[in-house]
Amino acid sequence: MRKFGIMVATAAMMATAGSSAFVQADEPKSGGTLVVGTTQKARHLNPAVQSGIATAVPGTQIFATPLRFNENWEAQPYLAESWTVSDDGKSITLNLRKNAKFHDGKPVTSEDVAFSLQTVKDNHPFKSMFAPVTSVDTPDAHTAVINFEKPHPAAFLAMSSALLPIIPKHVYGDGQDAKSHPANSAPVGSGPFKFSEFKPGEYIILEKNPDYFIEGRPYLDKIIIKNYKDPTSLALAVDKGEVNMYPFLATTKDIARLKKSDNVIVTDRGYEAVGPVNWLEFNTKNEYLKDKRVRQAIAYALDRDFIVNALHGGQSKAATGPIVPGSPFYAANANKYDLDLDKANALLDEAGFKRGDDDMRFKLTIDYIPNAAELQKGVAEYLKPQLKKVGIDVELRASPDFPTWAKRVSGHEFDMSMDIVFNWGDPVIGVHRTYLCDNIKKGVIWSNTQSYCNEEVDALLAAAGSELDQAKRIELYNKAQEIIVDEAPIAYINMLPYHTAHAKNIGNPPMTIWGTMAPMDEIYLK
Amino acid sequence: MNMAWMVVRRLFHAFVLVLAVLVLNFLLIHLAPGDPADVIAGEMGGATEEMLADIRKTYGLDKPIYVQLGVYLERALQGDLGQSFFYNAPVLDLVAGRAGATILLVVTALLFAIAVGTLLGVLASHKPKGIVSGLVTLVSVVGYSAPIFWTGLMLVILFAWVIPIFPIANMFDITKDTGFFGFILDVLHHLVLPALTLGIVYLAQYARLTRASMLEILGSDYIRTARAKGVAETKVYTHHALRNAILPVVTIAGLQFGSIVSGAVLVETVFSWPGLGTLAFESILARDYPTVLGILFFSSVLVIIANLITDLVYRIVDPRIRTGG
Repeated sequence: MRKFGIMVATAAMMATAGSSAFVQADEPKSGGTLVVGTTQKARHLNPAVQSGIATAVPGTQIFATPLRFNENWEAQPYLAESWTVSDDGKSITLNLRKNAKFHDGKPVTSEDVAFSLQTVKDNHPFKSMFAPVTSVDTPDAHTAVINFEKPHPAAFLAMSSALLPIIPKHVYGDGQDAKSHPANSAPVGSGPFKFSEFKPGEYIILEKNPDYFIEGRPYLDKIIIKNYKDPTSLALAVDKGEVNMYPFLATTKDIARLKKSDNVIVTDRGYEAVGPVNWLEFNTKNEYLKDKRVRQAIAYALDRDFIVNALHGGQSKAATGPIVPGSPFYAANANKYDLDLDKANALLDEAGFKRGDDDMRFKLTIDYIPNAAELQKGVAEYLKPQLKKVGIDVELRASPDFPTWAKRVSGHEFDMSMDIVFNWGDPVIGVHRTYLCDNIKKGVIWSNTQSYCNEEVDALLAAAGSELDQAKRIELYNKAQEIIVDEAPIAYINMLPYHTAHAKNIGNPPMTIWGTMAPMDEIYLK
Repeated sequence: MNMAWMVVRRLFHAFVLVLAVLVLNFLLIHLAPGDPADVIAGEMGGATEEMLADIRKTYGLDKPIYVQLGVYLERALQGDLGQSFFYNAPVLDLVAGRAGATILLVVTALLFAIAVGTLLGVLASHKPKGIVSGLVTLVSVVGYSAPIFWTGLMLVILFAWVIPIFPIANMFDITKDTGFFGFILDVLHHLVLPALTLGIVYLAQYARLTRASMLEILGSDYIRTARAKGVAETKVYTHHALRNAILPVVTIAGLQFGSIVSGAVLVETVFSWPGLGTLAFESILARDYPTVLGILFFSSVLVIIANLITDLVYRIVDPRIRTGG
């Protein structure tokens, strides 16, 4: 048996001291209300059947997961006090804590784990998280054995944050459809905070769980998540102190302004796992873009430094490949496509697209997600004059709203489109989907809408997806990324400038790889 | 008798109108590209084909549109506006929960605008080429033409940031537990800036309208006659001129109250005011058909009520309509 956890009770203490590097010298204090401001509105609060930031932030306070991760991408005990992986890598045994209770007083058992995993497998949009799971055995109330058809290292990240909330079988297992279960809007979990009130689009109130399974936690009495419609008003509110914390702050002007404020601390830590990439994707079925050299030429023609430093005021970071720089699987050696207009022109000449009388070679349209002005429209507008330099006539196609854009791109009715796609921790969850041949699915947004297909890449991704040895896994992903970056179905532009702005009196701000999408049981008010 | 008959006739017309509004809106929103499944998939960061089909089936979107329309109308006539696709909650609850906030905001802004606007208009009409008139015209034009979100943000920066006497956003402070009267005061405190923002836009219209209307009436024969009879100038203004000049103001107020949802969207957004305007806007983006239709239904009912009230007020203000029918 290979051991991944330490089978001692003290492991629990280590888990909760996960962000020890950031623990302040002063002793944490109990009490107080944390007001979190957000522009994201939650449909409901059950992350088992609803992905996305808006549900994940409250969801991870209400529901506990088998594991949690620290800031170094290391799995830590949470509901599972220890775990082991079988020698063939095809099963993971979770040893659950015996003192964990749901907010209604009933104990958390292996039955609930099996039920939750099945619910997530059946209803969660990220099918790849638990697709290889064949069964979950429950030899006793506090042992759950997850069996896989092949080794599945992604299961560890998929058992943390909002991805595998342990939901009570006695509440959600009453036969009603999990997606529209009434308890989704008034959930019962076992996490550090209990559900108190939910006004859709207005606010969510969570109260301290006095019977939380980690002794002495949480420190806060209450968390209030307030919805703001306008990011500028929210930035003012956090600066003024009406709001204590503003996670997923992404407007560069507000970031710059708040960084200068004496009242708040602004950090970009806590977004490593979510890994949000802003990119330009190509429809590889297009008559020009089907030629790899045309795609490479466009990648060489765009100036990432200019986008990051001039358009985004230096608040975002460049992205260079499918996996984000904060991840252990980031391929530092893949081609970076540094600005080179001569090379871009040469590639286009080589591809046989000569400049015509108007000095243009051909025409392409570019779509972008509406309501993300800086990241999407701004970059698309920049690309028009920039690509003109290499003889590509670009026409911008605006969409009035998100569904209009999604329909075009998922229907493959586009030439090029700006897009924002998240890594979601493990590449199996958020990266494979963009490149696998069998994920070219019309009508499904954030599938392989580029229609990119390379069997070698498929094989490498499949191998990496079931490789338990981290070093070998990194190598496989490096190879896959080198090929993908070279073939350029996508020109990677930058990371979303996600930041957290919080008041200075907040102790132990969320700094793990999942940031605010993880239990805030260590946060306290100074 | 006459009056009762009028009300009955109006109500019948209103019913037909509401039905037409429902059908038209239903067809219009289904014309927009993309459907709730795309939006829900978008919110979730991705989905599979099976999931999309499943969502469409759950909400009946896999059926032909005339079947969907039939089902919707049948339920709507029984008072069931359906479940919100996005929030999974009854539309009636969502709309009812938000309507109060919007009505409070718009009525406050309207009353402020009517009172101050009419007063400014009358003042300006006194000496149409004087300084007061010029100032009123200038303020009206600026107030009316400035984008409403800009006015709102400027007021926020000025009165919530530079001089922090008002809160930045929301309708009340959920962190405070102040009891009933404390809550009322808190809401009023939060109401000032959004109502002022919205009021400034309306105000301009009333001031301009009153001024123009007053000027026209002050030049008419019966005013000259009144003055010739020796009626005091104040009385000429209040009893003779304003009473007639106010008719268009009543018309506009009725119209504006009817358009309460559309008027408040931007103000509600800037101040995160939990009203119908933002709910409508968000629901359209989310292709949340039942919620959009529910709000449109509610607002068309409001328009009809506002028109009825306008008619009644007309009869009070203008005796000619009372007898003429």
